[in-house]
Amino acid sequence: MTLLEFVRGPVFAVSLAVFLLGTAWRLYGIFSWPSKPDYSEPRRTDTAAGACRAILRHMWPRREFQRSGGAQIANAYAYHIGLFLVVFTFAPHIGFVRRLTGIAWPALPDAVTYLATAVAIVGLLIALMSRLTNGVQRLLSNFDDYFSWVVTMLPLVTGMAVLERPYVPAPVIAPALPTNVAFLAIHLLSLELLFVWFPFGKLMHAVLAFVSRARTGADFTRKGVAL
Amino acid sequence: MSDIDATHPLDFDAPRLTVKRPAVRNDAQGTASDAERASRAMSAFVRDMSPGVATYMESCIHCGHCAEACHFYQVSHEPQFTPIWKLKPFKQAYKREAGPYAWFYRMFGLKPPVTADELRDWQELLYDTCTMCGRCTLACPMGIDIAGLVGLARHAMFAAGLVPHELWAVAERAEREGSPLGATPKVLKERIAWLEDEHGIEIPLDRDRADVLVTLSSVEIMKYPGSIVAVARVMKHLACDWSLRSDGYEATNFGLLSGNLEWQRDMSLRLIRAAEACGAKVLILPECGHAYGALRWQGAQAYGKPLPFRVLHISEFLAEQARAGRLRLKPLGKSVTFHDPCQVSRRGGATAAPRELLHALGAKLREMPDTGDANWCCGGGGGVVTIHRADELRHRAFEIKMKQVEASGAEVLTSSCSNCRLTFDDGAAHFKWPRKLESLLEMTADRLVD
Repeated sequence: MTLLEFVRGPVFAVSLAVFLLGTAWRLYGIFSWPSKPDYSEPRRTDTAAGACRAILRHMWPRREFQRSGGAQIANAYAYHIGLFLVVFTFAPHIGFVRRLTGIAWPALPDAVTYLATAVAIVGLLIALMSRLTNGVQRLLSNFDDYFSWVVTMLPLVTGMAVLERPYVPAPVIAPALPTNVAFLAIHLLSLELLFVWFPFGKLMHAVLAFVSRARTGADFTRKGVAL
Repeated sequence: MSDIDATHPLDFDAPRLTVKRPAVRNDAQGTASDAERASRAMSAFVRDMSPGVATYMESCIHCGHCAEACHFYQVSHEPQFTPIWKLKPFKQAYKREAGPYAWFYRMFGLKPPVTADELRDWQELLYDTCTMCGRCTLACPMGIDIAGLVGLARHAMFAAGLVPHELWAVAERAEREGSPLGATPKVLKERIAWLEDEHGIEIPLDRDRADVLVTLSSVEIMKYPGSIVAVARVMKHLACDWSLRSDGYEATNFGLLSGNLEWQRDMSLRLIRAAEACGAKVLILPECGHAYGALRWQGAQAYGKPLPFRVLHISEFLAEQARAGRLRLKPLGKSVTFHDPCQVSRRGGATAAPRELLHALGAKLREMPDTGDANWCCGGGGGVVTIHRADELRHRAFEIKMKQVEASGAEVLTSSCSNCRLTFDDGAAHFKWPRKLESLLEMTADRLVD
């Protein structure tokens, strides 16, 4: 078994299992606590709609907080969108998913995903600078913050190393192997590290953002409180 | 005055009411060992665990946006005043004792147990520098209810016997005497007799049956008795079947503020039993912020089932009456700005009621910048105004409020919380600020058409 076969096979399977089971376990750990009934007379009963409203409402700061937090959030949006485009619209990645699941979708031109990669890398660097220089963020930060940053950055950097030549013809789905097999194996390993870390650290906010906002949205709507 | 407590004497001469500045602070109650204190805190914290709390404990991304929303951070730029940082020991306890990977953290010693010394260090953050105003939740991208979590963290602090001197003293007095500020049933009766005589108005007390039970804040009884007269005048105007009850009049809930769930329950049940005893259909809460949260949103939990009567803040009651055309008011004809009490507006959901009433009063409403649900706290909520050592930072936070009020350009400043009123009086005295916060209730009573 070659290194690439190993990381594409058993290592990938294990990392995916840890990702899925770990995420499920963390969510179970949250929802398995007993709920206490709320006997107060509700002001409003459209709590499900309130949960949805809160998910949307907290996607961008209120007017009162835009001056202080707007730039940081704009940067966060930039690298989140960049990451999304790289992961889900780059032809080789779609090919990877197709080989696993048989599901595929049109890719964006390589130039767009290269730009998205650059935006994601620069955005993550700005986020790290902010974390290291802003007194509040520095105080709040712990191992999770920095390790999650590394785990997110690694697939971007190792992915760049795989790109020895332009990936043509876009948007045609990728061939099975690029030229540099060793770099591809490392790239896959970095992705697998992200999968393994996801359920244990703050990367889980990709799921918890919706859970947390929805919780507040439902509870606050019941009271008729602003979201 | 009824102040017979020589250990923690009350100070009735200062602009704000609390116990006199202690010569020697005692910010730890009881004689438990440090290990026992830490253990009690952790047990209390785990007891409060729920899916909501667990969600919030798991969700923080350490972005720090909540800091900018906090008045105490805003005036100091001290990172330790970042709202979510105030919960650090409890997040640590959660991860170690209650989180989904708690066993992993314990096995590898990744999260040490919280110590009593850490809790002592966090006392200032959880009590002195958090009014539980909830502004931080509006700024949090994850929507974490940080104020709610601080309330739960206070349960753990009380269990550990680590409550600030003054807050513990007034809370203990409230549990023992029925009022945190010496407004015992005897004092209440004396006050009512005096007010009836002075103002020539009937203030019904201890009626067997009444449709409406009116409750009070001891701040009103001891410092702003005009509010009691105002409510009597409004009720007379409405020909309302109402009463005060000496077995359930004190709406402030220092059990809630100090973090003692049992005391909170006792204080809520006194009101609930009194309303039941007179068959009230409506219980009216006074101009007090946390009293609203304590009974409107948490009272039924103490009762164990839905309350058999409606609970309304006085501003909600007056707005309802105005909407129904039962309040006949002379136009005010002045510009007014309204300070939103955090627990009534942002955390209580009654932001619209005072504005509706001001509209009925014919006031020209001039909103402050960052108003309504995003209003800045006056700095005195959550029991902070009782704590002497918190004064310096609280006064600095009050400067935000003064700037807001001045920016509104309004002639009249009003609100519907006697604790805010106390904080404004104290702040105005400290800064020699020539503004006075007026009670919306009293303003309404003064404009009634006879």
